[in-house]
Amino acid sequence: MRLEVDDLKKVFGRPESLSDKPNMYCPGCGHGLAHRLVAEAVDALGLKDRCIGVASVGCSVFADDYFDFDFVQAAHGRAPAVATGIKRSKPDSIVFTHQGDGDLASIGAAEMLHSANRGEMITVIFVNNAIYGMTGGQMAPTTLVGMKTSTSKLGRDPKVAGYPVRVCELLKDLEGVAYLERVAVNTPAHVIKAAKAVRKAFEVQDEGLGFSLVEILSQCPTGWGRLPKDAVDWVDDNMVPYYPLGVFRDVTAKEQK
Amino acid sequence: MPEDRVLMKGNEAIGEAAIRAGCTFYAGYPITPQNELTEYMSYHMPKAGRAFVQAESEVAAINMVYGAAATGARAMTSSSGPGISLKQEGVSYMCGAELPCFYANIVRGGPGLGNIAPAQSDYFQATRGGGHGDYRVIVLAPSTVQELFDITMLGFELADKYRNPAMILGDGILGQMREPIVLREPVEYDPGTKGAWSLGNSAGREKHMITSVRLAPGTLEKHNMKLFRKYKEIAEKEQRYELTAVDDAEVIIIAYGTSARVAKSAVAAARESGDIRLGIIRLITLWPYPADIIREYADKGARFLVVEMSLGQMYEDALLSVAGKTDVSLLAHTGGGLPAEEEIIETAKKVRASDGPVEVFPEAAE
Amino acid sequence: MTTKTIMAGFGGQGVVLMGTLLAHGAMVEGKHTTFFPSYGAEMRGGTANCSVVVSDREIASPIVNQPDCVVAMNIASLNKFESRVRPGGIIFVNSSLIDRRVERDDVTEIRVPANEVAESLGDVRAANMVMLGGIVKKTGVVNLETLGESLEKVLSERAMGLIDLDRQALKRGFEEVA
Ligand SMILES: Cc1ncc(C[n+]2csc(CCOP(=O)(O)OP(=O)(O)O)c2C)c(N)n1
Ligand code: SF4
Repeated sequence: MRLEVDDLKKVFGRPESLSDKPNMYCPGCGHGLAHRLVAEAVDALGLKDRCIGVASVGCSVFADDYFDFDFVQAAHGRAPAVATGIKRSKPDSIVFTHQGDGDLASIGAAEMLHSANRGEMITVIFVNNAIYGMTGGQMAPTTLVGMKTSTSKLGRDPKVAGYPVRVCELLKDLEGVAYLERVAVNTPAHVIKAAKAVRKAFEVQDEGLGFSLVEILSQCPTGWGRLPKDAVDWVDDNMVPYYPLGVFRDVTAKEQK
Repeated sequence: MPEDRVLMKGNEAIGEAAIRAGCTFYAGYPITPQNELTEYMSYHMPKAGRAFVQAESEVAAINMVYGAAATGARAMTSSSGPGISLKQEGVSYMCGAELPCFYANIVRGGPGLGNIAPAQSDYFQATRGGGHGDYRVIVLAPSTVQELFDITMLGFELADKYRNPAMILGDGILGQMREPIVLREPVEYDPGTKGAWSLGNSAGREKHMITSVRLAPGTLEKHNMKLFRKYKEIAEKEQRYELTAVDDAEVIIIAYGTSARVAKSAVAAARESGDIRLGIIRLITLWPYPADIIREYADKGARFLVVEMSLGQMYEDALLSVAGKTDVSLLAHTGGGLPAEEEIIETAKKVRASDGPVEVFPEAAE
Repeated sequence: MTTKTIMAGFGGQGVVLMGTLLAHGAMVEGKHTTFFPSYGAEMRGGTANCSVVVSDREIASPIVNQPDCVVAMNIASLNKFESRVRPGGIIFVNSSLIDRRVERDDVTEIRVPANEVAESLGDVRAANMVMLGGIVKKTGVVNLETLGESLEKVLSERAMGLIDLDRQALKRGFEEVA
């Protein structure tokens, strides 16, 4: 089953898979958009009744409230392990995690790496906003060099904090990985691409091809101390140059990049 | 003297005290309600020429502390419940390897992710060691920002003295509040004092080994007995507490930290109104538990009321201390709930009116 | 005597600075004081509040359930905290941003046009100081002069350039309230 981008026409209605609970995200936050893209993909592919979500620890900790299908909330960084347990126990389910960059790339780095390496048939929705939002704006593993946060008040110094982690690049050579793409949600054009990527990731899981992950570059106006409209530009000007958008691995493509 | 005081946030007071105590290594990972401590250290440790690492996790942070302590550094980490749970691995190894360190748990509501409100529900975890194996950790319980500061400086001393981890069991209120405090003078810390066992600069001496593995038959038992003797010594020498109005008290409250603050006010208010003669034993060490002083009053027939922000955890130690000689009552809150002064006084009056122990829990919400 | 105050507004109105300055002033005057902020996810949605207790004796808990004074810098804060003030307490209302009157009749309402006064001084960011001037005039918790001095200790380096403005604002707020 392949669906085309013009199925996005539902954009202004509430997808069936989203609950009617208002979310608690700040204005201009990218998490809510990511939820919508997942809900649309799940609805479009008819996966709702088989879908089990895994919420992580971060601003998206209440993701279980925002979707209208089964959900479990995991400890900080452990969502892919929890997802592994679910998928192995109920192989016909469609399992995804929704994780921030601190959750996935810092404390949960081992779970991320090894679930990918085992080729777990799960989908990871990875929201990279280059900061710890929930805890009030500390440095994340993805914080850009020179970026000021509450634990890097003078700007991230790679000599003591290392360089920002590029997750897609890290995972792209693992045999267990079936689909990897980095997208953004700061412009309508980017959102359309992101929707396609998320749908593809769920398709790959449904077809049993392996681990799939979509990294979504996301705005955190609050953590960045920027207005929502400036945060949108900041993604293009600062994040995209370091975190290039695109498909990093796709086992369904005849020729891989 | 008031002009010498500064207005400081609890979390920051711990950080400043650690630096003044000669802490040369700090590793941490963000978690509410202790973030300001990690943030303070991220800026002030490098400024003071000391090492700061934002670790990738709490497990990593405590193991960095293990490494730093092995070199003789005064090393520290901090977190709140969920992160402290993860640190138990390193704490257990450090106890086994007899390495000192200092850490703070700014407790929030549990279990699991719980909430970020102040709580005392990590009492068992703290006072029973928390991780695997036969070991103890020195547990200190401040109740003001001044005491957070003073106890942090003391904690480094105790840890070094006994070559064992020492910790603060605080809570979200203590970490987040600002209060006036007097800053103490920095101490000169000389890592050379640990030269007899620490790692590094080994020219001209036998090699040093830091380990907690003891596989040869009988060696672990022997080692653990050595630790046990040390813990006995700590238990004898380091019980700390503060007594207020206990001698003629009809009911003696036992409490620590934030609940002791409220209880102390209740004692004063009840004395003023003439409602009931209350007194309080405020615990400053939780391990070792100040059992001796409690036993002393139990022998005199005192009646006790434990006030805690957990469901009867510290209560068990009070019961063990009185060993059935008298009764101990309980006023408990959980999940971020705080006792109120009036509630403490009312409960104490119930204790006075009853022949046996009274247990008061929060109203079960529907 | 013990005075418990809750101050609330939206992020950026300087509620935390207002509370910190009051607590600092109380400390300088040799009183017991505690300051307690809202923290964590509570702050999401852009509101901020803090509790300040000033007393001549040790303070039990810095958390205030029934305040003597509420300071509402915006309408959401008034809506949230009006019912919490103790009977006979005071509600300070930033009348520049809050149209409605206090509904309770067992409390005193003090209206301070904090934004307007601050704007007339050239910077709306000093509205918090205007309000604080009014608070200390009405309650006498600390002296105006003490606050003026405390500013030097409490302001961040970045904000030090505004110290004269802030002092003026404190004074104007003080004069504004009878
Ligand atoms: C074991 C443990 N450590 C730390 C925390 C505190 N904590 C909560 S959310 C979070 C990080 C959030 O950052 P991120 O994953 O980037 O998500 P965001 O909030 O930015 O969406 C941390 C460190 C925790 N809950 N548990
Ligand atoms: S803090 Fe950042 S990540 Fe969290 S809800 Fe606000 S904008 Fe989103």
